Amino acid sequence: MKVAAKTANEAMAEAMRQINPDVVAAYPITPSTEIVQIFSQFVADGLVDTEFVPVESEHSAASACTAAAAAGARVMTATASQGLALMNEVLFVTAGLRLPMVICEIARTLSAPINIHCDHSDTMDQRDTGWMQFYAEDSQEAYDLVIQAVKITEEAFLPAMVSADAFILSHSLQRIEMLDDKDVQNFIGEHKTPFSILDTDKPITVGPLDLQDYYFEHKRSEAQAMRDAGKVIEKVFSDFGKKFGRKYNLIEEYKMKDAKRAIVLMGSTAGTAKEVVDTLRADGEKVGLVKVFAFRPWPTEEVNQALKNAEYIGVMDRAEGMSGFGAPLFTEIRSSLYDENKNPDIYGYVYGLGGRDTTPGDIKKVFDDLKKVENGKKLDRNNYLGVRE
Amino acid sequence: MAKKKEGWKELPIGAIIVEPGSSRKFKTGDWREGKKPVVDKDKCTNCLFCWISCPDSAIIVKDGEMKGFNLDYCKGCGICFTQCPVNAIEMVDEEKE
Amino acid sequence: MGINLKELSKQEDFFTSGHRACAGCGPAIALRQALLVAGKDTVVSFSTGCMEVVSTIFPYTAWKVPYIHSLFENSAATMSGVEAAYNALKRKGKIKKDINLIAFGGDGGTYDIGLQALSGAMERGHNMLYICYDNQAYMNTGIQRSGATPYGASTTTSPSGKVIPGKTRRRKDLTEIMAAHNIPYAAQASISDWRDYMTKVEKARSIKGPKFIVVFAPCQLGWYYKKEDTIKIADMAVKSRFWPLYEVENGVHKITKDPKKVIPVEDWLKLQGRFRHLFKGENKKIIEEIQREVDMRWERLKKLEEAGL
Ligand code: SF4
Ligand code: SF4
Repeated sequence: MKVAAKTANEAMAEAMRQINPDVVAAYPITPSTEIVQIFSQFVADGLVDTEFVPVESEHSAASACTAAAAAGARVMTATASQGLALMNEVLFVTAGLRLPMVICEIARTLSAPINIHCDHSDTMDQRDTGWMQFYAEDSQEAYDLVIQAVKITEEAFLPAMVSADAFILSHSLQRIEMLDDKDVQNFIGEHKTPFSILDTDKPITVGPLDLQDYYFEHKRSEAQAMRDAGKVIEKVFSDFGKKFGRKYNLIEEYKMKDAKRAIVLMGSTAGTAKEVVDTLRADGEKVGLVKVFAFRPWPTEEVNQALKNAEYIGVMDRAEGMSGFGAPLFTEIRSSLYDENKNPDIYGYVYGLGGRDTTPGDIKKVFDDLKKVENGKKLDRNNYLGVRE
Repeated sequence: MAKKKEGWKELPIGAIIVEPGSSRKFKTGDWREGKKPVVDKDKCTNCLFCWISCPDSAIIVKDGEMKGFNLDYCKGCGICFTQCPVNAIEMVDEEKE
Repeated sequence: MGINLKELSKQEDFFTSGHRACAGCGPAIALRQALLVAGKDTVVSFSTGCMEVVSTIFPYTAWKVPYIHSLFENSAATMSGVEAAYNALKRKGKIKKDINLIAFGGDGGTYDIGLQALSGAMERGHNMLYICYDNQAYMNTGIQRSGATPYGASTTTSPSGKVIPGKTRRRKDLTEIMAAHNIPYAAQASISDWRDYMTKVEKARSIKGPKFIVVFAPCQLGWYYKKEDTIKIADMAVKSRFWPLYEVENGVHKITKDPKKVIPVEDWLKLQGRFRHLFKGENKKIIEEIQREVDMRWERLKKLEEAGL
């Protein structure tokens, strides 16, 4: 164990070095470029055995990684924003072929208008691809989640992206505890695959044309893999916790036990939100926070359990979703809680688009709004936080 | 009889096909539209030009000798007929069953 | 080296029967011949297109070598990944043998939508052979014009009509585009000349680094000729010098077949329904234009060869 000051980019690049994947194919894009740069230096200095493929686009990065995974290699890449969007078509293939792969993702908004700063539009755009999605709150989580994701993807036969917020995490130094190289290697173990397209003695066909008579069955099976992935994640999280003392869950509850009013969100804003919860708690307010780590697979049970006593819930989405109704996290939460006996009052808040700062005041406003609702005031179902009228 | 197709739990994950060349179970011979190739072995010099030109690997060669056609797969295109340098192949009407 | 049919006929087909290509399919011939040379220890990647569709309808596959299809535009990127995995796993001793890596694509997947991925893969220098089977249009989707469709051809998106006589633009010269990547080997072949084509595949296999072959493979459905004439049409394309057989090895052009009896391009056009409209009235001058261009390009190629370039 070593303590270091690392940005999320540096932390994820270090995790990649310790994982020592067989193949990394990557393309530069702000703000994840640094991950690729740092990793290239590791390759140049002989610190990893990785075959590094400096591709001509993110589409090819995802394509090369996907094919390398089918060839039995452990594969990783890093990207953000438009890069992830360009990968979209390939991401469906990786998941559909049931191949493990990990993307170190820096959450940056999508054009237009062009903007290089944080929000979750890019990852939300990929929510139906069949990739698992994890959202880190800080460098430590980004580092830990990347290492755990390798094992999770290889056991669940589904790919995963670990997302850290642009600049807020990607470029700010934080204290992290790094594992020893050999501990990481022991934890992830040797990569074994049930088949490889490099095995010419056992030739297989990967990616056939699947028509009306089989496609649905294959998709059903993929859907089940996502349903079952929660158990795999919990197992890996629990192993990691036992070995290294940092135990993750699909969600993190913060002071939720008796919370009457709660906020649900993902990513770096959780840090600010926890401070606000502490302040309000000091004043005797029964407030709490639920931070969702795993957006895919969606942890219905855990979410419902955490929110079972909450009567007023504010769901904060760092993406619009453009549904004309609620943003993605809001609709998931509301849908999950629909089957519960208690009928909490749930409101959506879109915040922080394009890197707009989210202050403790903004978060306090959500709790205040919920209190007003409790006192009988009417509130719009979907709201915007921190935008000028 | 076509066997019952597998349910989703029985299929290999990721839609991979594990049996190489399984397409041979799918007979394309009934695609022929009334004509099939025949060879006159008296004329044939075993040059194998027909064999190398067939898109459907439907020409049988054993020990370097052209042995006729595999009508399970021959689609009756007639390419072999055009490629034989000594006109040993003819396209003839198939008898109606 | 040298292609011996008797020897080849002793081995099995690695692209085999039961695929659902049309009767008389030119591209199917191109695949089969390439695989006969490449042999068992070959891994193939494929872009979406006719040959991908007809050869792998689940649960059937015509492939007896490992095969991967991902998407339309990424056959070259896919093979880049396979090659990277191969290098990594070989270094770790997990793979021992030498394996041929061949990426295939049709002209749509190569000249057009996959050109960026192909260019990238060639520039990066992966040890792979890319083979484009060129049937001069998007046939899988129903005969739409591609960057490979020749001037004057009628397709469903460049139809000949009352005011527009088929495709109004010239085709890209992909072989030269690939040669300009300074790769060790780029060649143009045709299914009519199997010995030339298979020799090129074999030669490419023996060279380390990125290699490219585009093989002319007529499509009876999209070109409107009699299905038995697939090879004849390819042959006439070579004999009319519309499709010269040549290679560019380390930057040096070499014509691999100089047709002894050259035929007018008109004879070749005449047999194909996609050029039928060129034989009517005003359009006849287009045939002259095509001939002029064919002659000009041949002269250029000759000069390059003579100059040792
Ligand atoms: S007719 Fe066509 S498919 Fe049949 S053997 Fe001849 S070339 Fe092959
Ligand atoms: S092409 Fe003609 S001569 Fe040659 S092997 Fe075939 S049938 Fe015989």
